[in-house]
Amino acid sequence: MSEGHVHTHDHSPDDAVSEYAPLERAIRELLIEKGVFTAADIQRQIDDMDSRTPMTGARLVARAWTDPEFKARLINDTTAVLEEWGIAMERGPRVRVVENTEHVHNVIVCTLCSCYPRMVLGIPPAWYKSKAYRARVVREPRAVLAEFGTDLPADTEVRVHDSTADMRYIVMPVRPAGSGDLDEGALAALVTRDSLIGVSAAREP
Amino acid sequence: MIANGTKVRVDDRAHAGHHRVPGYLKGREGVVTDCCGTFPNPESLAYFRPGDPAVALYRVRFRQADLWRDYVGRPEDTLDADIYEHWLQPLGETQS
Repeated sequence: MSEGHVHTHDHSPDDAVSEYAPLERAIRELLIEKGVFTAADIQRQIDDMDSRTPMTGARLVARAWTDPEFKARLINDTTAVLEEWGIAMERGPRVRVVENTEHVHNVIVCTLCSCYPRMVLGIPPAWYKSKAYRARVVREPRAVLAEFGTDLPADTEVRVHDSTADMRYIVMPVRPAGSGDLDEGALAALVTRDSLIGVSAAREP
Repeated sequence: MIANGTKVRVDDRAHAGHHRVPGYLKGREGVVTDCCGTFPNPESLAYFRPGDPAVALYRVRFRQADLWRDYVGRPEDTLDADIYEHWLQPLGETQS
């Protein structure tokens, strides 16, 4: 930063992205020029990442809500289930599913950077990567959850999961009351991205 | 190998360079709840080395009330983090 840099704004994650953008572009163009990879390779990676959405996580949860045997396998043998669903797990981090109950509420964060279960939820929302969320949810989870509109009963235990290493976490939200008649597809529509991170409950039907 | 239920302290040592132990957990005590398997050592992997030898990764559960003096919540509230074995000092078995 030059001394003439005037701070008239807060540095949000968006600013950080814009400051790094020219550097990213220069390195990308250089690597293409050197034949390390092609522009088409990059596009394929982007398309692959864009094709991963929270709907995968939502479908996993909806199936688990309707099929106790599947739910047990999803929790105890997550890698095998994800591979059956076409999610390549041989490389990279492993996924663990943590289950919310009437008495326990789980929430996910990565305080070190922004580790996120991209293989089942896609690209993380900007707030998940923000320093405010990462710093606050570990030390005042109830206050942060309340800001997301999630007011927990006083007797609910809160479990924060800081994904510091090679494991990624998703939350299995509680199946909402009144959803008994819904089929798997309709149930999946109740499972929001935020409920899979644990900052919200699943939608009510 | 650290057995489930073992009380551990996270090493409170400085480490120049990439490592995966959050500062707020260094020196803190928790309980191992699970071994997640072994993984290439990120402290070497981050510098384009192979990460040998692989290191065991443990899930460690901390009590929020132990981590933060001014914690607002229930005494049962917990924080789980994944910590590599070479950052953990076993302190002995817990009662449970």
